[in-house]
Amino acid sequence: MDKMPKWADVVLIPLISLLLATILSALVILGIGEDPIAAVKIMFDGALGSTYGWGYTLYYATNFMFTGLAVAVAFHARLFNIGGEGQAMLGGLGVAMACLYVPWPHWSIALLAAGVAAMLFGAAWAAIPAYLQARRGSHIVITTIMFNFIAAALLNYMLVNVMRPEGSMDPATERFPAAVHLPTLHELLAPLGIGFSKSAPANVSLLVAIAACVLVWALIWRTRLGYEIRAYGHSETGARYAGISPFRITMIAMLISGALAGLMAINNVMGEAERLVLNSTEGAGFIGIAVALMGRSHPFGVFLAALLFGFLFQGGAELALWSNIPRELIVVIQALVILFTGALDNMVRMPLERLFLALGNRRRDMGEGAPLPERKPTQPTE
Amino acid sequence: MDFDTIIQVLDSTVRLATPLLLACLAGLYSERSGIFDIGLEGKMLAAAFFSAALAAITGSVWLGLLAGIAASLTLSLLHGLASITFRGNQLISGVAINFLAAGMTVLIAQDWFQQGGRTPALIGAGRFTPVELPLAQTLSGVPVLGPVYAELISGHSILVYVAFLAVPATWWLLFRTRFGLRLRAVGENPAAVDTAGVSVIGLRYAAVMICGVLCGIAGAYLATALQAGFVKDMTAGRGFIALAALIFAKWRPWQAMWACLLFGLLQAIALRYQNIDLGGISIPVQAMDALPYILTVVILAGFVGKAIPPRAGGEPYVKER
Repeated sequence: MDKMPKWADVVLIPLISLLLATILSALVILGIGEDPIAAVKIMFDGALGSTYGWGYTLYYATNFMFTGLAVAVAFHARLFNIGGEGQAMLGGLGVAMACLYVPWPHWSIALLAAGVAAMLFGAAWAAIPAYLQARRGSHIVITTIMFNFIAAALLNYMLVNVMRPEGSMDPATERFPAAVHLPTLHELLAPLGIGFSKSAPANVSLLVAIAACVLVWALIWRTRLGYEIRAYGHSETGARYAGISPFRITMIAMLISGALAGLMAINNVMGEAERLVLNSTEGAGFIGIAVALMGRSHPFGVFLAALLFGFLFQGGAELALWSNIPRELIVVIQALVILFTGALDNMVRMPLERLFLALGNRRRDMGEGAPLPERKPTQPTE
Repeated sequence: MDFDTIIQVLDSTVRLATPLLLACLAGLYSERSGIFDIGLEGKMLAAAFFSAALAAITGSVWLGLLAGIAASLTLSLLHGLASITFRGNQLISGVAINFLAAGMTVLIAQDWFQQGGRTPALIGAGRFTPVELPLAQTLSGVPVLGPVYAELISGHSILVYVAFLAVPATWWLLFRTRFGLRLRAVGENPAAVDTAGVSVIGLRYAAVMICGVLCGIAGAYLATALQAGFVKDMTAGRGFIALAALIFAKWRPWQAMWACLLFGLLQAIALRYQNIDLGGISIPVQAMDALPYILTVVILAGFVGKAIPPRAGGEPYVKER
């Protein structure tokens, strides 16, 4: 049954997929008449060459950790939550309401309350598609897509007609009070004597995101509920036979997923913009899909993939600034990563499995001295 | 609201429903054969760009149309490769195609035209011009029916007529031919089709390719008939509205036409009026934007008749060993 060692499945396949995506991206850059080596250099300098660059890279990575975890948790229950974008928008709405309408004495209490509000709003937005999937059999992918659009319309309505301050033309809420300002990495690291760029948006939410990675890991691999979620994801009939309720698992997995996507808002809305604007999510909900696929739905993998995409996002912005390569290059790279790690997974996997099978056979042949009867010599690859 | 206004709104409905209808029929072929396609949006976008780009470079809208179809077919082939040959996840493949199109169109547009990710405005033969149906001028004097014929039915670009003719053609192909029967069967029970000695893979590729052609026409219509040129993200969610219409129509061609006309009407109204007053209650324009999606969720939820997708949809076919 074991065609491949586990490390190959976990490490080798994502790396090969990433390599393929990188090669194709380099060809795209060559195709539009630019130099890929120079482009990579600009990206490294811009994203990792200064604490300012690191600040942005970590800020984006924080967003992607939340949305990546959201997609990953749903993947474990074999649910494809494509609605992270909408859930994160609603999370933003929750954060804005918590920050604007309640006078908080200190940022830490405000962060707690805003985080709870963001999770509640995000989970609520995931609850309806989850219920429809579990009870009415409506395909969750379609309903979550629809809910992304409904969320965009709702947010547009709230910002244009309800939450926009009097006399302002900009569809955005007013600035949050100074008391809810989250400490940035600059402010957090200064007491430790570490200098960090003042203008970079990375903030205390990064620590929340890392904590979320650890908590999700504990939930999925160290609790009964996590076991049930994974069991349900592996085999619905098997789980049902073991007394696991499909309705309960679908609801819980999607609520957690929506809450994680919503929680992203403490970073982009509360930590960075400090007000709610249209399109504050910047597609992070969708990047979560690429992050979860790349990270193999494991929280540590998600953490690494989120850092990679944070680097790509910040590097891409610098690239648009210093070269003729538009920012959309990142969208292409994101598409290629999703394509190779998700849809074309078997294209990488099948030859690799054959290779390992052949290697395994050969090793056994040598070990046993005499090969088993009627076995023909196997070709390493096609 | 007077008669002229109604005619104008309906006229705009037909224009806006056309790309939805083409994309919806495209999805119909694909999903009836058991291949989910949430990449309609990306295929339309790619087709919109390449049709506008070729039309701008060569000055011929017909070459543009061909380029659009070719671009859409390429993405369809990719979808087929991922979801049929390599038995990957069809939904993830669709997501990847949407992003690929969103990124590549802007990258190439910037490289070719240096206009911030758009093509130059199309002029003259670079666009599809309105087709005047016979006797439209003569009959326009006839009360009621005259304006309906002259304004509403006549005077659209050729692709509008192609789209509406594609509805009976699709119905005939799917429900009156052997190919159609097999195509529907492969979406319900591929193993049976395989047992009958018909290639599941061949049929599914055929369906995905037809889907590519129709999406290509839809994209070309957007960029060369509805508007004069390509701008970044110009499909603006139309691929997903088409998907919604497909579910709304429960995967049937005639109903797909009515669903697309309904969603087109919603767009036309939202375009013309910002907020609608209904005796003191004001409906915000955002509600009109969200309505197609809300209606689809309601239909999906099964509160108003149940939408049951093709049974084998979304699952790659693995021959029994």
